[in-house]
Amino acid sequence: MAKKELVITSRDVHLSYGDFEALKGISLNFKKNQITALIGPSGCGKSTYLRLLNRMNDLIPNVHISGEIKVDGQDIYASGEDVVALRKKVGMVFQQPNPFPFSIYENVIYGLRLAGVKDRATLDQAVETSLKQAAIWDEVKDKLHESALSLSGGQQQRVCIARVLAVQPEVILLDEPTSALDPISSTQIENMLLELRDRYTIIIVTHNMQQASRISDETAFFLAGKVIEMDDTKKIFLNPKEKETEDYISGRFG
Amino acid sequence: MDAKKIDRLATTILYLIAGIIVIILASLLGYILVRGLPHISWHFLTAPSQSFKAGGGIGIQLFNSLYLLVLSMLISVPLALGAGIYLAEYARENKLTEIIRTAIEILSSLPSVVVGLFGFLVFVLQFGFGFSILSGALALTMFNLPLLTRNVEDSLRQVSFDQREAGLALGLSRWETVIHVIIPEALPGIITGMILGAGRVFGEAAALIYTAGQSAPALDFTNWNPLNIASPLNPLRPAETLAVHIWKINSEGIQPDAAAVSAGASAVLILAVLLFNVLARVIGNRIYKKMTAA
Repeated sequence: MAKKELVITSRDVHLSYGDFEALKGISLNFKKNQITALIGPSGCGKSTYLRLLNRMNDLIPNVHISGEIKVDGQDIYASGEDVVALRKKVGMVFQQPNPFPFSIYENVIYGLRLAGVKDRATLDQAVETSLKQAAIWDEVKDKLHESALSLSGGQQQRVCIARVLAVQPEVILLDEPTSALDPISSTQIENMLLELRDRYTIIIVTHNMQQASRISDETAFFLAGKVIEMDDTKKIFLNPKEKETEDYISGRFG
Repeated sequence: MDAKKIDRLATTILYLIAGIIVIILASLLGYILVRGLPHISWHFLTAPSQSFKAGGGIGIQLFNSLYLLVLSMLISVPLALGAGIYLAEYARENKLTEIIRTAIEILSSLPSVVVGLFGFLVFVLQFGFGFSILSGALALTMFNLPLLTRNVEDSLRQVSFDQREAGLALGLSRWETVIHVIIPEALPGIITGMILGAGRVFGEAAALIYTAGQSAPALDFTNWNPLNIASPLNPLRPAETLAVHIWKINSEGIQPDAAAVSAGASAVLILAVLLFNVLARVIGNRIYKKMTAA
């Protein structure tokens, strides 16, 4: 694999909630235009780590964070850093589909509209492009003005992804995006992510090891607040270096 | 007894209790309406009241009640929204927030007559507003604000945390998330609370006796200059409301038709509150639909 540019770098990241240390020194780098999967048993810190990358943990009181995380070479925890701008650059999709209770159209353009885009043609174009990228255009093109809540869970999740795509982020974080969905919807989302890889840097937390092995280029294995191993996905699944990784992947725990 | 029988028994008892409540409410409403409706006429609704003769109406009191309601809601709704948004979205969980919450709790359980006397001392005497609509509106704000604030806070809290995350993750600022995502979703709850608040205000008497006063001077309905003392819009004129009027007629009324006026006025009061409820619900639903495209 040709050497790819690094989009996100992190060095010795610690995070604690009160007295509990959830992350114990994480150093991970993420390459441009590839999919990186974060796997590990429940409570290992993978979601917590993911949420550090667009500062979603800021909402939780009593969190203490140390270490360094850089996006495009810029320290995102430096004082005076614009969190809103960061989140536009690093979008996020959550475990539970969480569309706004507005129309599908409004959901997709919400970020743009609030950023001040008013031109109807631009908005229409953004809706079509984003929904096509999220592989849901054909299903919803005739009912763009109906409530997004009337869609199925899988469709809602793809609308949520379209909503993130519409603000044109560089990085998309996905926190177990398919764990609340049926297998068919999950497959649709996996295929969509593979399509999106050329344009975005994707980091996905998943409990589903088959999913990680199907779609990711690199995989990091988390255990008890540490990264045990990060490597090409093939190596992690076929030939892991560490015993813990092998045990987890072969289903001996977790 | 086996579980099935207990279940059936419990269900029967619950139905019975619910039935009793419905019957009490229905007979109360029915009694007031049956007694009052025959006295309601256009004349009754528009004519000024009489102190000694029969044939008085409730026109001025009705207008006073409505005007006071609008004025006090104009003061209390923005305050309640601000306080509720602060408490639900911005306040950190610390001592200060706890003290504010406790204060609101205590304020909301104050008897309205205490609020009225407080209003009398502060607004009527200290601030020199006299017995006036303004004093009354401020007293009603004191009375209504804690409940409205609680309602706004609760409605906002009921919006799932997911929605806040969704807004923030999309690069909206906290304020944008609150204004454009959370409030539209909480709107039906907020509006319902406002309606209930309006109903409380409209029917309130004790808090107004010592603040808005017990007299209803004649009004000139052609004069809409709020600075003129005879103008209906003047906020510094004394204004007996419908609820206060009912109380006054029943305690010291010497009109020959006092009972009839009281019955008619009560029916009007009830009908007005019902009307508010229906209207506000329709409007609330419509706004919600427009905002959410549901």
